[in-house]
Amino acid sequence: MAKTHITMKVNGAEVEGLVEPRTLLVHFIRENLEMTGTHIGCETTHCGACTVDIDGMSVKSCTMLAVQANGSDITTIEGMANPDGSLSALQEGFRMMHGLQCGFCTPGMIMRAHRLLKENPSPTEAEIRIGISGNICRCTGYQNIVKAIQYAAAKINGVEFQEAAE
Amino acid sequence: MIPGPFSYHRPATVADAVKLLSTLGDEARPLAGGHSLLPMMKLRLATPGHLVDLHGVAGLTGIRRDGGKVVIGAMTTQHDLLASDEIARSIPILHETALLIADPQVRYRGTLGGNIANGDPGNDMPALMMTLGATYHLEGPQGGRDVAAAEFYQGAYFTAIEPGELVTAISIAAPPAGHGHAYEKLKRKVGDYATAAAAVILTMSGGKVATCTIGLTNLSETPLLADAAAKAVIGTSLDAATLKQAAAAAEAIMAPAADARGPVEYRKHVGGIMVARALQRAAARAN
Repeated sequence: MAKTHITMKVNGAEVEGLVEPRTLLVHFIRENLEMTGTHIGCETTHCGACTVDIDGMSVKSCTMLAVQANGSDITTIEGMANPDGSLSALQEGFRMMHGLQCGFCTPGMIMRAHRLLKENPSPTEAEIRIGISGNICRCTGYQNIVKAIQYAAAKINGVEFQEAAE
Repeated sequence: MIPGPFSYHRPATVADAVKLLSTLGDEARPLAGGHSLLPMMKLRLATPGHLVDLHGVAGLTGIRRDGGKVVIGAMTTQHDLLASDEIARSIPILHETALLIADPQVRYRGTLGGNIANGDPGNDMPALMMTLGATYHLEGPQGGRDVAAAEFYQGAYFTAIEPGELVTAISIAAPPAGHGHAYEKLKRKVGDYATAAAAVILTMSGGKVATCTIGLTNLSETPLLADAAAKAVIGTSLDAATLKQAAAAAEAIMAPAADARGPVEYRKHVGGIMVARALQRAAARAN
């Protein structure tokens, strides 16, 4: 099958590649761009581990063709740290609130939470839970992930994070 | 999991998309949001030789008011529906239903046109479109035509779409002011198709049901209109006996498959419960 030349912006840098039409975006990111922070979990659009941010949307990159991302602006977990290399509010939240155990779902969780907080900077706990309902974690029971996102929201909004009473 | 090889086409106009679909024939599939088709292709349950991606086609997105109707472009995503003030105001049941489809990531990509045109009995929008009396606009090699949602579904994955045709827009008459509405969906988990679901649009007058339409999702090979159940509630105040009668009338036309969501008896039983709950919730919202 003839290959197609594609270009896109990933984490602020222009990238290009030759792909077959059937190449999935997640494979292009991991194998062509060698950015392996974006994980492949279920491969069936359920788990959310492959979530990346594309033109202001959270997308499961296992369910989009790389050719469809031609010309788009993508952010992956590799682009989430602050410009000086320090942890972003979300990354810090996951660290401080123990929002991960094995860590496999974490890149997808952070990318989804990133878009959620852009659209709704002060979500309620229920809105956070609905907002991350396309991401599966098999370790934490989600409680600390919710706290991590609440921590990040508070930090971004410049208010003190108050953990809700258990 | 990687799809089988195919050629990728990205037309810029409806005319070009229709031309591609009609010349390439059975080997070609239109690609909307891709969240049904691409997973099927990854599993090799679908192996089209050509994909005609509709994302580059001008004029297929957007929500506009046209007199008493709301016209929605086929490539409008579930996320767009949820973000639309027009939908929230004019057709709130569409907002409620979109929120019960899949998960946030899927809703950024999944489209109304894909959901209604795929013919999957598990999709939520087809029964809702029948309940709302929606009309689909199709463009094909012979020109355009309109098909009522109620005439569109012929069997599982089998619809009124002719070879080379494409659904380009969905037109819905806004329900009357003060109408009650509810979409009740039982599912095993977020992202699942319905074990059973029911859509209700009704109007009340003097505490009694004046008009009522009931649609059923995933309870047969096609979406269903539960006409007898709807007729049974007209003129009543939805007392317990009436609700029971309506649920029984709806169950009588259900023919769900036995699958991982449960045996036939269970799915019909909960289907009746969804009808009763949707009727009650719709009535409580009507004024």
